[in-house]
Amino acid sequence: MAKTPTPAELLPGLSYKPPEKGWMDVKPDFRPGTYCNPASPKWMEWINYPYPAARSIPEDEWALPQDWKEIVLQGMEDRLNRFRSLKLFFDICVRCGACADKCHFFLGTGDPKNMPVLRAELLRSVYRRYFKTIGRALGEIAGARNLTEDVIKEWFFYLYQCTICRRCSLFCPYGIDMAEMTLLGRELLASVGLNIDWAMASVAQCYDKGSHIGAPPQAFKDMIDFLAEENERVTGITTTPSYNRKGAEVLFVMPSGDYFADPGTFTMMGYMLLFEHIGLDYTLSTYAAEGGNFGWFISHEMGKRLNAKIYAEAKRLGVKWILGGECGHMWRVCNQYMSTWWGPVDFLEKPVSPITGTRFENAAVHKMVHISEFTADLIHHGKLNLDPQRNAHIKLTFHDSCNTARGMGILEEPRYIINNVLPEGNFVEMPPNTIREKAFCCGSSSGINANENMELRMQGGFPRANAVRFVHDKYGVNHLGCICALDRATLPTLLEYWVPEVGVTGISELVGNALIFPDEMERTTDLRDRDLVGFGELAEEAGEEEE
Amino acid sequence: MDFFKRHFFVALSAVLGLIIIAYVGARGNLQLVFGVVVPYMAALIFVEGLVYRVIQWARSPVPFRIPTTAAQGRSLPWIKRDLGEKLDNPADTPHLIGRMALEVFAFRSLFRNLRTELVKDPDNPEGARLIHWSYKWLWLGAIAFHYAFLVVILRHLRFFTEPTMGFVLMLDKVDGFFQFFTPAVYLSGVVLVAAVGYLLFRRITNPTVRYISLAADYFPLLLILGIGITGILMRYFFKTDIVAVKELAIGLATLHPKLPANLSSLFYIHLFLVCVLFAYFPFSKLMHAPGVFMSPTRNMVCNNRWVMHVNPWNYPVKFHSYAEYEDKFREPMIEAGIPVEKEQ
Ligand code: HEM
Ligand code: SF4
Ligand code: SF4
Repeated sequence: MAKTPTPAELLPGLSYKPPEKGWMDVKPDFRPGTYCNPASPKWMEWINYPYPAARSIPEDEWALPQDWKEIVLQGMEDRLNRFRSLKLFFDICVRCGACADKCHFFLGTGDPKNMPVLRAELLRSVYRRYFKTIGRALGEIAGARNLTEDVIKEWFFYLYQCTICRRCSLFCPYGIDMAEMTLLGRELLASVGLNIDWAMASVAQCYDKGSHIGAPPQAFKDMIDFLAEENERVTGITTTPSYNRKGAEVLFVMPSGDYFADPGTFTMMGYMLLFEHIGLDYTLSTYAAEGGNFGWFISHEMGKRLNAKIYAEAKRLGVKWILGGECGHMWRVCNQYMSTWWGPVDFLEKPVSPITGTRFENAAVHKMVHISEFTADLIHHGKLNLDPQRNAHIKLTFHDSCNTARGMGILEEPRYIINNVLPEGNFVEMPPNTIREKAFCCGSSSGINANENMELRMQGGFPRANAVRFVHDKYGVNHLGCICALDRATLPTLLEYWVPEVGVTGISELVGNALIFPDEMERTTDLRDRDLVGFGELAEEAGEEEE
Repeated sequence: MDFFKRHFFVALSAVLGLIIIAYVGARGNLQLVFGVVVPYMAALIFVEGLVYRVIQWARSPVPFRIPTTAAQGRSLPWIKRDLGEKLDNPADTPHLIGRMALEVFAFRSLFRNLRTELVKDPDNPEGARLIHWSYKWLWLGAIAFHYAFLVVILRHLRFFTEPTMGFVLMLDKVDGFFQFFTPAVYLSGVVLVAAVGYLLFRRITNPTVRYISLAADYFPLLLILGIGITGILMRYFFKTDIVAVKELAIGLATLHPKLPANLSSLFYIHLFLVCVLFAYFPFSKLMHAPGVFMSPTRNMVCNNRWVMHVNPWNYPVKFHSYAEYEDKFREPMIEAGIPVEKEQ
């Protein structure tokens, strides 16, 4: 694997000045560390994806099917007819450049083709050449170019350097959304066999076994039982999740990142403590064991194929409604597509919090409630017994996940929770142009959180990390909070690289830390076994001083 | 020639070529063509082209509801949202109309614009940091340009109606408020040329914008600059016979075209450039104007979870059903004490 340059090596080379050569004449530089490996044929066969083959990026020959060109052009035409967004976004860009310095990949790499407008031109130029009279007639001077294998390679390079974050669409005067074009462009690549291994492996595993990490049901149960034991060890509280239990009131669906690896697991522990605290009648499912959806990173159709399990399982188990954990892309998929895909879900009821009686009117048809909404509502009604001092060792800033921010609009709920579970003054915001709807992406979302493209990931995450660095230096922030499992998987690596003093935490983990149970053990540590400030240890310190 | 020069000079030559064509035409007794035939053709192409293109877009459905949520969404009743937030994340049709009105009349999204730069910072271990600041120049230039353009177009209505409509006269008064020159200087004309000049200047001098610019980006700017300059020349320097212009305009508007004899070549150039702009409009990026109304990230209510959006081409997909799943994992599930549907 390529050695990743250090931060001090990376930045001096960074410049936003474009090269002399026109962009149509510049070929992508497939340097190790900047691209993802192509998907292994095994995964593609698992889910019946076309043209599986062993491919290697550095090689000239990418084993495209004989009629790859017809397939791609036909696919483009088909998508133009099915997605007004694509047609419109191809036609109306004025190349004003407002989106250019909004993309974290441009800001991190300085590569002009990472400007959203130029990323779009990579596709648009082909559209002009084959679907527009003027492009057909005038070629390059009309911004049109032939579809060649080099163009396909360029697409592969740059469409997997876009994390579908939509920051560009926020600033575009017409709302042109590169994320939409990237998704459809990736579908075109997939139609000729080009996919990335990291995403494809997760998709195949999820399809077959239930979650991206490929844990079969018994392993899933083991992992969660283990976290329940951890809860008991730290707090003395028995949290007893049930699995595939029919007749439960609520089906809880979370991303696999939350039970698979630190620090996500602490968030999972937090969920379970919360549910225990309020006595929620909920069940987990080994079948709908994945809230996340890497399928959507590959195609709309694959997104739908994976998403199917959530409603299907809710129906089979006969629950009343669904509660969803902390995850960005899971919620963007559930919010933007799920009810359109599966139609009215009359087998579920309009979500009502059994504890507060709140009717979640904003989820009336879709019937899935976000854990942050649910928790904020509990706190608002005084149903949680919280001791914010138990989070006194945490000086927090909050990272809005792109998907929940710009693809859903959840901004206040997590902040409300944070302000109630942290001591006053322990929460500070990053600079206003880098948060909320203007949040910078973690730089590794949309299926590119692989290992072989680490340099790219660190570059793409630079604007986010840089804002974290700012609040760390200025206010001593030591934790970055988020409501996204991909963030919890990717930000620790990013911060380890740019701001190693800052750790990553889910918001439900902070809730779990703060919850007071009547019959709990004396708490001296948080869920991560770290000493609490002012509990136990203070007394010890005082004792030490006396000696 | 490099990419920039090629695209810039092709656009420039095209505009100069159009000017020469009009000049030669006016000189060569083709007044009928340039005064009557071309304007009618341009109007026809403009209207038909516009309708055609909008229908073309409309023929593709909007399969998913994908608005860009640019603020806190509608949520629990006690999570208060101010008017700005309700407009940036509209939960109902009135607010959606508000959002669109802001986009169209105030260029809301462009108003958000930031500039991000990498600055050296010896205090940072990495040696540099990013700074983001609010950057309104593009917004200002675009607003100035569009409103000036609008006022200029409306003012031109005085040529087409007799008597001139009241609001046009009013506009005329306000626009010509500054009387430091005779005839009164129209602010809109000056602002139009200045704003287009700025947009062009920016396109050429800003390295990133130049890098992405195509001939199709320089051409409309140069064309409008040409229109503005010829217009200003006619008004202040080489006086044109306004009565004759009005005669021609009213003739065209009432479908009884008459060709006055004493129209200058400069006028024909001006008119021809305008005709080209109109005819070019439906086939170019200028379609952003109707396009913004149809943009799914802007024109949809953010009510995904309480109003179902229907995709006309939604189709069933193959997925791993629970029954297949249980068949595959029944034994370990039973062993782990996970409930199953069928015991064997
Ligand atoms: C409705 C909302 C509209 C928005 C947000 C908008 C925004 C913009 C922007 C950002 C530019 C780019 C300036 C540049 O950098 O070159 C532009 C150019 C232009 N717009 Fe609009 N516009 C709108 C409506 C219209 C309308 C109604 C017209 C009607 C004629 C129009 C005609 C033009 C022309 C002629 C140009 C300049 C040519 C060019 O830059 O290529 N626009 N617009
Ligand atoms: S902001 Fe929109 S119109 Fe401007 S260059 Fe980017 S995509 Fe095109
Ligand atoms: S969606 Fe995000 S990553 Fe993709 S081009 Fe836009 S800003 Fe860049």
